[in-house]
Amino acid sequence: MNLTSFLQDKKLTIALKGEIDHHSAKDTMRVVGNKIDLYLPVLCVLDFKDVTFMDSSGIAIVISALRRMREIQGKVRLRSVPQQAMKVFLASGIERLVEIEEGATVHEG
Amino acid sequence: MKAENYMTLEFPSKSANESFARAAVACFAAQLDPNLEELNDIKTAVSEAVTNCIVHAYKQTIGTIQLKCRILPGGVLDIVVKDRGCGIEDVAQARKPMFSTGGAERSGMGFTIMESFMTELKVSSTSGKGTTVHMKRKIVQRGGSI
Repeated sequence: MNLTSFLQDKKLTIALKGEIDHHSAKDTMRVVGNKIDLYLPVLCVLDFKDVTFMDSSGIAIVISALRRMREIQGKVRLRSVPQQAMKVFLASGIERLVEIEEGATVHEG
Repeated sequence: MKAENYMTLEFPSKSANESFARAAVACFAAQLDPNLEELNDIKTAVSEAVTNCIVHAYKQTIGTIQLKCRILPGGVLDIVVKDRGCGIEDVAQARKPMFSTGGAERSGMGFTIMESFMTELKVSSTSGKGTTVHMKRKIVQRGGSI
């Protein structure tokens, strides 16, 4: 999985890309964790706009980011979650733990 | 129940095969003319079942995963994912949301997702001998024929 990130005013935005499954999740989790440790943001935004598929491994990525952010009294927000990934998130009840921005994008295919 | 069509795949429990397995099932399911949501539900459930084999059944080793798909009368996709790995000691506990023995990398939501995304889910397992996950998904017929 490729990801890009940028930091502005202590807000770290990480854009995830491609398919998120167990095969790719371990690396993603490690990179997201390293970026949080490096920049110590107050808010970590995980952007799912370019995610084409996600299984429950995506939940583990969000929970891992949430644990790190809680250690530094920060928050996690999910952005542009496609319908397929949103269905996985809602099945887990993760919306009770992190903020999910309105206005999901839809990926065809 | 007699199948109208079927396919069987066997592949090693390498995580690179997760995407292969869900794509193969999606291609096979396409003849039932599912909509995007139905197709995504099937792909997600297959991904969870195959990942369970890789992460749990064959924890420290590479074993064989068998994937069987059948199309049953009435537009039902029937999927069986079978391993000959370590088995599950307590299936009822494993099916509970947030229960996982897979560490921080796993969310413990695999069976919950399979259950809520598919029409039917059966799990049978024998400790030390393996696990079989049997899922069915009814595809709403929209006027086309197979």
